[in-house]
Formats: sequence, structure tokens, C-alpha cells
Amino acid sequence: MGLCFRRDDVLRVLFGLLALIGGIVAGSVEAKAHPHVWITARSEVVYGADGAMTGVRHAWTFDDMFTTYALQGIEAKTKNAWTREELAPLAQTNVESLKEFNFFTFAKADGRKSKFTEPTDYYLEYKDSTLTLHFVLPLKAPVASKQLALEVFDPSYFIDFKFEDKDPIKLVGAPASCQMQFQRPNDDTANTARMNENNFLNGDNSNYGAMFANKIMVNCP
Amino acid sequence: MRGLARGLAITAAAFAAVLFFDAIWHVAMAQNPFGGPRPPAEPPAGGIIGWILAKQSEFYREMSGTIRAAKSDGSAVWTLLGISFAYGIFHAAGPGHGKAVISSYLVANEETARRGIVLSFASALLQALVAVVIVAVFAWLLSATAKTMCSAEKAIEIVSYALIAAFGARLVWTKGGGFMRALQAKPAMAAVHQHDHHGHDHGHGDHHHGHHHDHAHGHAHDHGHSHDHGHVHDEHCGHSHGPTPDQLAGPGGWQRGLGTIFAVGLRPCSGAILVLVFSLAQGLFWAGIAATFVMGLGTAITVATIAIVAVSAKGLARRLSAGREGGGALVMRGIEFAAAGLVLLFGLGLLFGYLAAERATCL
Repeated sequence: MGLCFRRDDVLRVLFGLLALIGGIVAGSVEAKAHPHVWITARSEVVYGADGAMTGVRHAWTFDDMFTTYALQGIEAKTKNAWTREELAPLAQTNVESLKEFNFFTFAKADGRKSKFTEPTDYYLEYKDSTLTLHFVLPLKAPVASKQLALEVFDPSYFIDFKFEDKDPIKLVGAPASCQMQFQRPNDDTANTARMNENNFLNGDNSNYGAMFANKIMVNCP
Repeated sequence: MRGLARGLAITAAAFAAVLFFDAIWHVAMAQNPFGGPRPPAEPPAGGIIGWILAKQSEFYREMSGTIRAAKSDGSAVWTLLGISFAYGIFHAAGPGHGKAVISSYLVANEETARRGIVLSFASALLQALVAVVIVAVFAWLLSATAKTMCSAEKAIEIVSYALIAAFGARLVWTKGGGFMRALQAKPAMAAVHQHDHHGHDHGHGDHHHGHHHDHAHGHAHDHGHSHDHGHVHDEHCGHSHGPTPDQLAGPGGWQRGLGTIFAVGLRPCSGAILVLVFSLAQGLFWAGIAATFVMGLGTAITVATIAIVAVSAKGLARRLSAGREGGGALVMRGIEFAAAGLVLLFGLGLLFGYLAAERATCL
């Protein structure tokens, strides 16, 4: 046996240790975010007269901590009673910021991605110490599809989306044959998405929040 | 020697296995999440990660209620501090808070665990301080809107990431030199290895100070001497051309440490800012400030623990490769270089948005 390290051995050990450090670092990155903002949502899937889906109408209620944060520096004529007009600039900011995140709403019609355009009819409502953001998210072009899949979630899970317990989703003007299914992220049936958490080592951050997705499926045979 | 190398490889594999454990654990737990019925607020993830997420969310959500309660009941402040401390401990397991940067920095340099603890606490303290200053200036003094505050947070964020990148670049520059020198020591080793095949017997247990020690030493420090001996091939393979640890630690170590504190601690935690703004609005700003610092204390404990693990892992690697000065030095310099490279990659990744860190609260 030689006294010296074989080059192969040295390299193998070296790479092993690099992998170790990489693992420690990846491990710490992997722990990922947890939400700082909670949204309680209620949404409507809106259909046109021809039976094609035109868009989504959201009503998102923020938690009290974020509500306070969002309201700071905004004057109200009556203390702690902001009117819709007083909140208009904030609603504008919200809608503009949400664009960067695709409004946390992702639609697929018959397996193909559908894109949304600029929101319309947006306003903020202050009630019971919380803010609710109302807005309509129109599809770029209405789609008539047999299968529509709509997901609402924040891929980075900075925001936690929870739909209302009662009447979380409504179909508005949908053809009578359409059936809606709603799946909350903590349904046991969501196991497939949950497994994605183990994808952390692929370095892809974009899918992390998917396991917290709320899934709306509309079948119109 | 093969045995030693194998031992090292096994150790590394064992560490990697530990890191993968929580992933496996998660799969197992996903089937049977906690056995009992879950409260609806709990995130749907199982396993250790899910548990940490659930705990953080739980503590965080309790904060607003506790701050409200503290308005009428002073004793709720103690509850708030307790929650904040626990939240800090769990929260630091998430992104940001410099676990990775501090750990990589410690590994890249010849740093002690003690220094890791100091760095962790100092950066967490700075982080808390920055959060308090931002809210005090923007929300309290200027009555700025969330939009303005968000811009300020984003600006600080960019500066912080640029600092990490610059800091990493500097580490790569210094550590790259050490690694290159260790690499250059290699050809001589390979040559001696051939000699081994020709029947050279250096003897076992003679790694550190072989019989060629004297002239090998001369060769390293004075190339003129090598002519006397005339043959590079005879150089002792255990000899290291690489710099020694004390040379690497070098002067300005504390300055670099200060760099870490700033790079890591400059960026405030979004959670702390939200808690501060909320407590300010409730007229209990002081309670929010206290909570922020206690949160920082919890964060520091977690970060320090991870830093100690990183330093210990490196110490273990050093001990295992100690018998092989040549190869050992190469391994150690390689680890340091890789850790330095990671700091740089972190900085760049964060700066250009390839790595997701905790977002600033901008909606």
C-alpha cells in the first residue's frame, strides 16, 4: 500500500465533502418561506352569454396584521373608517403589484394555459378591521372548454390563500351542464401535490407553493 | 490509506444521509400526518418541514391577537415575548437570516464555533435593529404609506444582496489562491506515487515527518536548495505546498466578520416589520420593539446552531484528512474554496432573483 493518497481517492473525498457542504446549504435554502400574509378568498368563475368563461371575480380579505400594514399612512376622514374612495390609491397599488405575481391565479383550459389581462372593477372595502380587495380578472380571450382547471396560490408561499368555508366558489352564468369541483390544499386527495415538497433538491423554487394551491375544476361535458 | 479515504467518503455520505432524512421523513409522515385531526389553520405539509412551517404560522398568527390583548392586559406582553422567541427559533429555519452565508463564511475561513455564535447573534441583533429603525422612521415619524416602506425595504434588500455578492467575490479571490497552491502541490504527489510502485517504502505511521522531510522542506521554501537534491520526484508526498491555516486566517479577520454581520443583518425580516407596524397602530410600539429583539434572539440561537454544525463538519473533515498533509490540504483548501464560491453564488442568486428569499411585504 502506498503512502500517498491516490489522486482518485483525494478527488472522491473532495467531491464528497463538497456535496456535503452543498447539502447543508441546500438544506437551509430548502426550508423555504412560510406565509406572512393570509388571505381568505371567495371567487366567482364568470361565463359569457355564449357559455365561454370570461374571467374570475375575486374577493380577497387580508388578515388584520397585513390590513394594518397596508393602511398605514392613509388618512381617513372618520378615524378607523376608510371609505372606498380613500382606499382607491391603495387598491390601485395592490392591483399593480399583483401583476408581478400573475394575480396568484392560474388557469388551464383543456390542459392549455389561459392568460389573464389587466384587472377591472377593483376596489378595497374596509369592514370589521379587515381589508377586502375586490377585482375582476378577465381572460385575454374567453374560452369554451370541456375541462377548466383554476388554481389560486402563491408559488413562494409568502401569502397563504384559504377559501371561505361557506360558498367558496360560485359559477356565474355557466352552462347548466357544468359541474364544479373544489379542492382545498389540505384535502387528503391533494397528496400528489404534497409530494412535490420533496422536489426541493432540484433547486426549483417555482413549484414550492403548489402544494398550498386551491384547485377549482369545472367540467362542462 | 484507501481505508482512510473510504472512511471519509462514508462520513460524507452519512452527513448527506442525515440531510436527506427529513425528506424521507416527510414522505412517511405525509401518509400519516400527526395521527390526529388537524386544525384547519395548519398548512398541509407533513414532516419536519411541514411541522416547522405549521409552528411558525401558529406563533406568528398568535402575535396579532396577543398584541391586541396586551392593550388591556399588561401580562399579555409576556405571552407576546414568549411567542416571539419561539417564532424566532422556528422562523430562522426559513430563508434569509444568513444561515447559509454565515455557515459558508465560517467554513471558508479558519473560524471557530465561538466566532460563529458571535456572528450569528450580532447579525440577528442588527437585523432587529434595522427593522425597528425602518418602522420608527417610516411609519412613526413620516407616516409613510406601505408603498413607500416597501420601496425602502426593496432598496435595502438590493444593497444587502450586493454586499453578500461582493463579500463572496472577495472570499473566492483569497480562497482561490489557496486552492490553486494546493492543486499545484499535486503533480509532485502523483510523481511520488509512481515511486511507491517502484518499491519505495516510506513506512506507515510516518505521514507527518517522513525521512525526506528536511530536503522536502528546503524545496518548498527555497527553490535554490532543490538543485542540491536534484530530484523533485523524491519530494515527500506528505508535504504541503498549500498555506497553513494560520496563514489563511491572516489579518483583518474581524473586519471580514464585520462584513458578514452587515451583509446578513442589513435586510430586515418581513415578519418583524409587520409585527412592529401592527403594534405601533395598537399604541404598543414598545411591546413590538421588545418582541422584535426577542425574536432576533431566537433567530440567533437557530443560526448559531447551524453555524456550529458547519464548523464541526469542517473540523471532522480536517481530522479525517490530517494524516495526509498533501491530500488533506487539498481537501481543506477545496472545501474552503467551494464555501467561498457558495457565498458568491448566494449573493448573485439573490441579487438577480434566481434564489427566492423572503419577499418584502409589497402588495
